[in-house]
Amino acid sequence: MSAAGAVDAGARAGRLSPTALVGAVLLVAAVLASGLAPLLVASDPVKPSYSRRLAPPWGLGGTAAHPLGTDNLGRDILARLLHGGRTSLALAAASVIIAGAVGILVGLAAGSGGERLDAVLMRAADVQLAFPVIMLAIAIVAVVGTSPASLVGVLALSGWVLYARTVRASVLSIRRLEYVEAAYTLGASDLRIIGRHILPNTIAPILVIGSSQFATMVLLESGLSFLGMGIQAPRPSWGLMLAEGRDYLSNAWWLATIPGLAISLVVLGANLLGDGLRDLLDPRAG
Amino acid sequence: MKAYVLRRLWQSALTLVGVSVLVFVILRVVPGDPAKMLLPEGAPQSAVDELNRHLGLHEPLHVQYGLFLKSVFQGDFGQSFQYRAPALRVVTERLAATVQLALAALLITVLVGGSLGIVAAVRRGTRYDYASTILAVLGQSLPNFWLGIMLILLFGVALRWLPTSGFEGWRHLILPAVTLAAFPMALVARLTRSSMLEILGRDFIRTGRAKGLAERAVILRHALRNAAVPLLTVVGLQIGTLLGGAVITESVFAWPGMGKLVVDAIFFRDFPVVQTVLILSATIFVVINLLVDLLYTVIDPRIRYS
Repeated sequence: MSAAGAVDAGARAGRLSPTALVGAVLLVAAVLASGLAPLLVASDPVKPSYSRRLAPPWGLGGTAAHPLGTDNLGRDILARLLHGGRTSLALAAASVIIAGAVGILVGLAAGSGGERLDAVLMRAADVQLAFPVIMLAIAIVAVVGTSPASLVGVLALSGWVLYARTVRASVLSIRRLEYVEAAYTLGASDLRIIGRHILPNTIAPILVIGSSQFATMVLLESGLSFLGMGIQAPRPSWGLMLAEGRDYLSNAWWLATIPGLAISLVVLGANLLGDGLRDLLDPRAG
Repeated sequence: MKAYVLRRLWQSALTLVGVSVLVFVILRVVPGDPAKMLLPEGAPQSAVDELNRHLGLHEPLHVQYGLFLKSVFQGDFGQSFQYRAPALRVVTERLAATVQLALAALLITVLVGGSLGIVAAVRRGTRYDYASTILAVLGQSLPNFWLGIMLILLFGVALRWLPTSGFEGWRHLILPAVTLAAFPMALVARLTRSSMLEILGRDFIRTGRAKGLAERAVILRHALRNAAVPLLTVVGLQIGTLLGGAVITESVFAWPGMGKLVVDAIFFRDFPVVQTVLILSATIFVVINLLVDLLYTVIDPRIRYS
């Protein structure tokens, strides 16, 4: 896929499958709702209000003042859900971008920097993959702390390998194509070859990986927060809300159910969009 | 062939060296004062000095790393101060529970995921295919900590059919194993479907049908056997998912395995245990994937390695 190919891909984006469109709509809705949280809900997501603890959702015995009910400290669940979504989605997006940037650079270096560098970088990728992601993440967080910056770092660290391997593979195959060899012969520099020929060819798989990885990052961040190794109370976060809701399963099931549903819908959205992009951009796969 | 085996052994050894370097960097270099971290809070200064000397913390980094590697090879992973016992023993005592859970989940992954994928491929475009696809998409989207809690809510709290935590007998194993299996099962279902579809379109399948083989024999003996090769790699790589997933699943169901151990250890700041779990689980992953790769040469003699 050259420059003309990129335009072609853009034209084909109009032909996303219905399921991929559902995924895109879910994601856009989640981003808008949590981005506009302060405008949409008036209740404070952090301040406790002990007089109205564990109110059920509206329609199940609750009131329209708290459409999704209140939690064990009487805080409005909708407000916590939307404010928590801001954190979760922002952390996931930031880590996808950083993991992508690092992975692309490593992939380019491995693919075009000679055999020795390639071997070192690919062994580093093997080392990264040898650790169960969440185990490595909690160990690092335990040492460096749970600030948003270190969370993004930990999430990004878990994600760079896939980009690196994909970019490396396409660098290695593209370098052997005749028109790239011709460009070399004509005296094009490495940077020019990378910028003009290699990167445009890898945009499609990178978009696909990025979209599915957004799902993985949301899962990982909420998993960390669920274990108490992510966003710390009283700040709202989906994983933390779920963990707090566990103690109230028998008398207030909505506490744990609602945030999990939010995570599932966002992850489902990103997965559907990722699958749709893959089918669209790489007709050979799937 | 021999060269291939040697190369894979060499690569795996290098990977394990990398694993030890990464653990060393995270737990010894990043914290700045690791002796304080490796000892309980409020430990006397004399104990800190003693451990500093033992770890060789006044030495340059590469000497420290050498000492670290030496003690790891001698099986000395430090003392767990939470359990007042060698960290390695604390971890291996919990390993059996995790292996039990992971094997049960692996069984569900392969049997259920494989069957879903085969049915979806053989009945392509029917409602069986759609149902299997929907299950696979859900399995990849539901966070396992939420799935686990919802299973507890349904089968434990509402229906009271199954125990929701603890570790006595197979009934305790069902909910955690299903929770842990959901994600890899979905992946296996999707991959089985796509590799079966590819193989069912090949010439030798048409030949099999033309010579009057029963459809069952075509699918199970000829198509599945060929589809199994790429699946084996994926199953090998899922060992990591299972070990990592166990961290969350074991915490949800209070399952006394390595995953719950490491989470508790982090809250107690019991870093000798954390270090042991990290090294042990990475080693298990590397060894299993090495075995999977070597197994290929046995299963599929067509594969030739230069």
